Amino acid sequence: MSVDNKQHIGYGTYILVWLALLAFTSITVTIAGVSLGRYTLFIALSIAAIKSALVINIFMHIRFDEPIFKTFLAISGATLLIIFLLTFFDYIYR
Amino acid sequence: MNNHADSAVHQIHRDDVGAKMGMWLFLFTEVLLFGGMFLVYAVYRYQYPSQFHLAAMELNTAMGTFNTIILLTSSLTVALSIAALQNGKKILSLILLSATLLFALMFMVVKYFEWTAKISHGIYPGSPELLAKHNGQILFFGLYYVMTGLHGLHVLIGMIVIAFMIVFVARDKVTTDNYVKLENSALYWHLVDLIWIFLFPLFYLIQ
Amino acid sequence: MANDVAVKSFYQESTNKYSGILSWLLTKDHKRIGLMYMIAILAFFVVGVIIGLLMRLELIAPGRTIMDAQTYNTLFTLHGVIMIFLFIIPGLPAIFGNFFLPIQIGARDVAFPRLNLLSWYIYIIGAILVLVSLFLPGGPIDTGWTFYIPYSVRSTTNVSMALFAAFVLGFSSILTGLNFITTVHRLRAPGMGFFKMPLFVWATYATAWIQILATPVIALTILLVILERTFGVGIFDPALGGDPILFQHMFWIYSHPAVYIMILPAMGVVSEIIPTFSRRTIFGYKAIAMSSLAIAFVGYLVWAHHMFSSGMSDTARWIFSLLTFIVALPSGVKIFNWVATMYKGSIDPQTPFLWVMNFIFLFSIGGLTGLVLGSLATDIHLTDTYFVVAHFHYVMFGGTGTIFFAALHYWFPKMFGKMYNKKFANIAVVAYFIGFNMLYFPKFIMGYMGMPRRYYDYLPQFTIYQEISTIGSWILSGTIFFIIGYLIHALKYGKKATSNPWGGVTLEWHIPSPPPLENFETIPIVTHEPYDFSQLKEMKDE
Repeated sequence: MSVDNKQHIGYGTYILVWLALLAFTSITVTIAGVSLGRYTLFIALSIAAIKSALVINIFMHIRFDEPIFKTFLAISGATLLIIFLLTFFDYIYR
Repeated sequence: MNNHADSAVHQIHRDDVGAKMGMWLFLFTEVLLFGGMFLVYAVYRYQYPSQFHLAAMELNTAMGTFNTIILLTSSLTVALSIAALQNGKKILSLILLSATLLFALMFMVVKYFEWTAKISHGIYPGSPELLAKHNGQILFFGLYYVMTGLHGLHVLIGMIVIAFMIVFVARDKVTTDNYVKLENSALYWHLVDLIWIFLFPLFYLIQ
Repeated sequence: MANDVAVKSFYQESTNKYSGILSWLLTKDHKRIGLMYMIAILAFFVVGVIIGLLMRLELIAPGRTIMDAQTYNTLFTLHGVIMIFLFIIPGLPAIFGNFFLPIQIGARDVAFPRLNLLSWYIYIIGAILVLVSLFLPGGPIDTGWTFYIPYSVRSTTNVSMALFAAFVLGFSSILTGLNFITTVHRLRAPGMGFFKMPLFVWATYATAWIQILATPVIALTILLVILERTFGVGIFDPALGGDPILFQHMFWIYSHPAVYIMILPAMGVVSEIIPTFSRRTIFGYKAIAMSSLAIAFVGYLVWAHHMFSSGMSDTARWIFSLLTFIVALPSGVKIFNWVATMYKGSIDPQTPFLWVMNFIFLFSIGGLTGLVLGSLATDIHLTDTYFVVAHFHYVMFGGTGTIFFAALHYWFPKMFGKMYNKKFANIAVVAYFIGFNMLYFPKFIMGYMGMPRRYYDYLPQFTIYQEISTIGSWILSGTIFFIIGYLIHALKYGKKATSNPWGGVTLEWHIPSPPPLENFETIPIVTHEPYDFSQLKEMKDE
């Protein structure tokens, strides 16, 4: 039951992920300077999503942890998504 | 004196997975809390797109980027500190935790200068200068203060938690075989980072 | 097992070294914490009842009767805040969930006993804040329990304090939910698979998910209103560009699922009581278990049906109206399965079963009038009238409130080891039924005729209905005080209860009444289905 028999992640992986996160940050800042019109927000949010996926999977170990945690994460993510979608049925059609 | 009382504590065996499950569930409440905040942001940005652009021009992208890098790095150090402890390197773990704390402090200092700069320009909730602006901009700055403020509050709480972890590791209350407390604190800290990953483009990168 | 004499109960043994009151205030025992919740929650329930009585008394005749209009405004606000945040939301999960959830899954305690105690203290702090907000300068809150913007930003009463209290109470609810989910996942006894859990556990588990995924949204909304009031931050106030309808969205994103926080555990209790008194395994176990999860999920899809006349978009209105009808499906699944369980069972109509009959009648009226309000066209006519008030009370009080008493009568012998006077109890069931319908049914008629809710005064043609309603309130509250009276009497003078007075088979009936400190001498190995009444014979032989 203890955490010990779980796979340990090495220093190297963490540092690689950190470098990737920094790279994505510089990309998102650079792109923000370019005028892409309506795609700007979409790209910025996609990059944020990729960054958060990295943090959740590696830094927060969810990839290596109990599978049930992934289910939990999906449940809360879905809840949030539903709330957003349904609220916008009001604002988009107003 | 009361044997039964002691056994009550010991018979419930240590359950690290359970502890982590509790932490994750707590993090989901945080996700929903900030999720609600982002919903408010999304609605108002949808209603006042151009005003949000105008208002965002006044934020300092350089400071925001700097803070992003600091926070990402602090996330790295706290993750590394667990790895260090897993490998039995207590001192290294302590150094990394202290680094995390230091980065968190830096983040707050930058935040402080950012806020005071805004306030000295007369942009703060209820200020005549802000109220003279367009509705969309009042909302933008209202959200800016509330969301970065709420996030800052979480950074502060995270700093306290990490400070406790430093003490626990130093006093061997958190060790190579029993570090679920540290893991949970790190989870909390990563969440603070996660929220910033979204706050950053939504406030500092609308150009 | 059955010889209760030798085993010390949790009243006689404590988890800490203290005795007397400290052994309770510092306890980590889920049963003691459940009872501490019970005392606090019942106390606030009585306060809420008394406020309701005063309001009804004011309305017995048109014009001023015993109070002025502002007092009336604060009273209906307080009645709502106390009954919702201090009674119904925590009621069943915090009292009976705490006491019985660990026992029913064969655990010695919840996953985080200290956190459990903490959430009780947080509840008490929140409750004290509600009370403090009444007496500070500024005066008690008068916005209605819904705190709608912009009035809640403008009102000079102690809105911020009351909101903060609700924020704190939300925390308590979140911690309880978090605790229960972890307990169900980590502490089930060997053999207790997910599909061997009693249905009360399923319902409480589904409720716990709503508690942790919906409550943060209201916490945030409340925080925003407080910030808006305190610092003038522009968020919802239309004067600063905000959208008051967004506040309503945020409010109901929590408060609609909160309705299911209130009703789901009640449905769980019904699913316990019906098989026990029908001596028959529950019909459609999986369907009922899944319908709890389905209700929890669908509860997130329907919130804006509270806002049909708010000015949101037409598209949103019909979408939410459509989605609202989906809730009827899982609720119907439950009702049909309960009835099917009774079919050909050997029904033993004891007091808890009679309470459930009460529930099915009252809740069906509440549920069906919910369909009337859920359909867009009729809602426009009936919204903000007494019809809504009547519907709400039939669902919440007729549903959850009635089941609160059912659960109390069902588990009372287990919790206290004493049996109440069954004749008194059966009289109370009937009196409750009469009082309840007298109090709330006329409101359907008045609402249909156009009587608006929250009004201090009314036109003379409503007088007769208002009078009937007020008399009903006396019968109903009289019954409630009668129930509390004979139960307290039974604590002292009641006959000693056996370990299994009703012939139930879930795990709580396998242990002595009242249970010992850690519930089980040895953790049971579960082999039976949850409602397998063939074990009754073995249980007697033990």
